[in-house]
Amino acid sequence: MNIDWYIVLSALLFTIGAIGILVRRSPMVILLCLELMLNAGNLALVAFSREVGNQQGQVFALVVMVIAACEVVVGLGLIVAIFRRKLPLDVDDLRRLHG
Amino acid sequence: MEAVIFFIAAIGAVAGAIGVVVARNPFYSVLALIAHLFSLAVLFLLLTSAFVAAAQVVVYAGAVMVLYVFVVAYVGSAQEAKWDPVPGQRLFAGLLAFFLFVEISSAVLSSGLRALSTHGPDVPAGFGDPAAIGNLLLEKFLVPFEASSVLLLIAAVGAIVLAGRKRESSEAGGRNGRLTGGGVTPSGHSAPKARPEGVAPAPVPPSPSAGAPR
Repeated sequence: MNIDWYIVLSALLFTIGAIGILVRRSPMVILLCLELMLNAGNLALVAFSREVGNQQGQVFALVVMVIAACEVVVGLGLIVAIFRRKLPLDVDDLRRLHG
Repeated sequence: MEAVIFFIAAIGAVAGAIGVVVARNPFYSVLALIAHLFSLAVLFLLLTSAFVAAAQVVVYAGAVMVLYVFVVAYVGSAQEAKWDPVPGQRLFAGLLAFFLFVEISSAVLSSGLRALSTHGPDVPAGFGDPAAIGNLLLEKFLVPFEASSVLLLIAAVGAIVLAGRKRESSEAGGRNGRLTGGGVTPSGHSAPKARPEGVAPAPVPPSPSAGAPR
């Protein structure tokens, strides 16, 4: 397969993730859609690394995976904290930053 | 043959992504994301990056998704309201996403990258296997590697702080509730409150002994 197929697929996945972030209102699903966008970026990085014939793009993809894991850990910790304070798990109700 | 595998994996990835966005129950979203991640691992294998595919399956679909499933089971799957808070939100989101897709695709495909419509160069047999990636990580990219490990540590500590401080504050709130009286709150909350007070002293003594063997 040519590399441009992978790039277009990565753009499509990124777009689907962006739709999810714009449309959904549960913070957990928004985190999942962020994962979709990060994975689309990963796919583009690996495809470009194959195109150049250089393995450094795969190292970038691994670093992106680490960043995604950190983001998930902190985000899920925030969600648990929100749930313990009995606040609504809805990003439209969580507009104000009161503690 | 490669094209067949690519299209199967691509359809799986897109279907998983759509499932994440569409599913009402967050649990089904997590399951769709796991399917999406496995399809992406197949695509990574097609791009001759075996180590990234293995890390994707083990780290993402294994560890991170288990964390998601735990939190979904803890928080519970609350159903979202179906109305739009902003009128026409979905229409505008769809329009923006469509233009974003067109923009990214045209920006990449019309660029001057000549090798984009080829298979890429022929690579040696060990391209992207764990030995090659490990050499790169420990020689050329040692500083980013260590920085990402520090970042993981900071994220773990941050998650503990985020989840732990709320327990203390709710405990203090429970004590106040007990002092002010009221028949409902102590009976409803005394059982979960009593457990951290009993358990919290226990992890403190093992920590010096756990540190000693190292």
